[in-house]
Amino acid sequence: MRNPLSDTVIKMKPSGIRKFFDIVSEMPDAISLGVGEPDFDTPWNIREEGIYSLEKGRTFYTSNAGLLELRQEICNYLERRFRLSYNPKDEVLITVGGSEGIDVALRAMLNPGDEVIIPEPCFVSYVPCVQLAGGVPVTVSLKNENQFRLTKEELEAAITEKTKILMLSYPNNPTGAVMEREDLEAIAEVIIKHDLYVISDEIYAELTYNSGHTSIASLPGMWERTIVINGFSKAFAMTGWRLGFAVGPAMILEQMTKVHQFAIMCAPTNSQYAAVVAMRDCDKDIVRMREAYDQRRRYLLDAFQKMGLSCFEPYGAFYIFPCIKEFGLSSEEFATRLLHSKKVAVVPGDAFGECGEGFLRISYAYSLEELKVAIGRLGEFIEELREGKGND
Amino acid sequence: MQQERTKILKLLQNNSKLATADIAVMLGMDEAVVIHTIQDMEQEQIICGYNTIINWDKTDVERVTALIEVKVAPQRGEGFDRVAERIYNYEEVTSLFLMSGGFDMTVFIEGKTMKEVAQFVARKLAPMEGVLSTSTHFVLKKYKEGGTKLEQSKKDERLVVTA
Repeated sequence: MRNPLSDTVIKMKPSGIRKFFDIVSEMPDAISLGVGEPDFDTPWNIREEGIYSLEKGRTFYTSNAGLLELRQEICNYLERRFRLSYNPKDEVLITVGGSEGIDVALRAMLNPGDEVIIPEPCFVSYVPCVQLAGGVPVTVSLKNENQFRLTKEELEAAITEKTKILMLSYPNNPTGAVMEREDLEAIAEVIIKHDLYVISDEIYAELTYNSGHTSIASLPGMWERTIVINGFSKAFAMTGWRLGFAVGPAMILEQMTKVHQFAIMCAPTNSQYAAVVAMRDCDKDIVRMREAYDQRRRYLLDAFQKMGLSCFEPYGAFYIFPCIKEFGLSSEEFATRLLHSKKVAVVPGDAFGECGEGFLRISYAYSLEELKVAIGRLGEFIEELREGKGND
Repeated sequence: MQQERTKILKLLQNNSKLATADIAVMLGMDEAVVIHTIQDMEQEQIICGYNTIINWDKTDVERVTALIEVKVAPQRGEGFDRVAERIYNYEEVTSLFLMSGGFDMTVFIEGKTMKEVAQFVARKLAPMEGVLSTSTHFVLKKYKEGGTKLEQSKKDERLVVTA
């Protein structure tokens, strides 16, 4: 029989997360700080609307782009929160999570051999999605000393004749880094000079703890070359509803909608009805959850400082990315030993790109009580490592 | 300062056992300031107490709660306050609210048995000067009290490690 599989897919590396997931899954009594989704339940008024829409029998397809009512609410929301203006008729696509938006955008925009610049560490799907779309991923290793922001020099150095797209992802998973307006302005200059497009994954936009989020699409000259990806998973604690959206110029959105139409048909109808309430009535829930995350973030920073663990202050998402290079262990060794000796699971930084080696991703989508127990154990582990070192 | 006060109050409302050191870290404040602010608010009776939410059904202590709607004749020069004081001074009364609408006061009473509560209403509350009528409702089950769900058996069902 001949090989049933695609060469492209075979060459794709499996997610580094997956491997660690398998190890942790075998330890049911471990405390995990490895989760990439909120610990809050979806606000009740959103859930209630989802139930109501089922009771009303709204179980049909929606239009390919999604419910017009929801697209309109999304436009109102983006205008209200981020000063981004889009036309609900042809500049919005409702997707199955932000993940689908990324995939569809890349597939609609890339020709074979086009290069996509991907700053790392980053979310695990960017590189494989570029490969599946026939593009060539060009990764850029971001630096701890720049607080994992992309600088214009780093961007400039990665650009070739073939570069077409920059994947941008701030607030960032896994580092918690943000890029503020002046940081974005610096790279926007380079982007415009080289006539690049940007796919800006802003799924954590609501979770910033210094100043509010700035979307690169809101900068002069950037709207027409940016696809903004966002969704309901993080800000509204709606991960399992699988609902996101992409906005951008109609010319690109039209082609994205075509890909979405053939691959997906439409996003889940029930989720779309519930999401209308999220967009319209849930600003106060976002604030409540953001405040809780911020309190935990401060707690972790303080705890790390006390145990002498080096860490830049992350101002976004719900991750903290401490450096563990002082212990002379790889991220994976550190995480595996921590798991076995203290039953605390964290994710090795290199799961998010090679330059994440020497770091850990610690999620604070947990209650303060849980964090305290886990961080206490991490502290003990570090003490033991340091004592062991002293004995050598 | 008002903002800091509100933030502290919100945290304490959810968990009055939270240590001042933790509050300080969570809000990015100095611990001494937190302690001072809480003391001020205690003195100003913004913070009036630190009660514990107890599900007595899970203990072997017998206890019943009743909600009583009371109609009251307000008294000249004193409105409802005088009657209210006479009601809330009884130890059996756990909460008392002045209401808008069809009746004037909501009284929460706790007793060992329904009989004990009924006797309190019949002997103490109903005959009280200014009290025009009472209507007693017994609580059958408490689901949520003071913002806390009493039966939370929530397990973390999220996958242990996700991207």
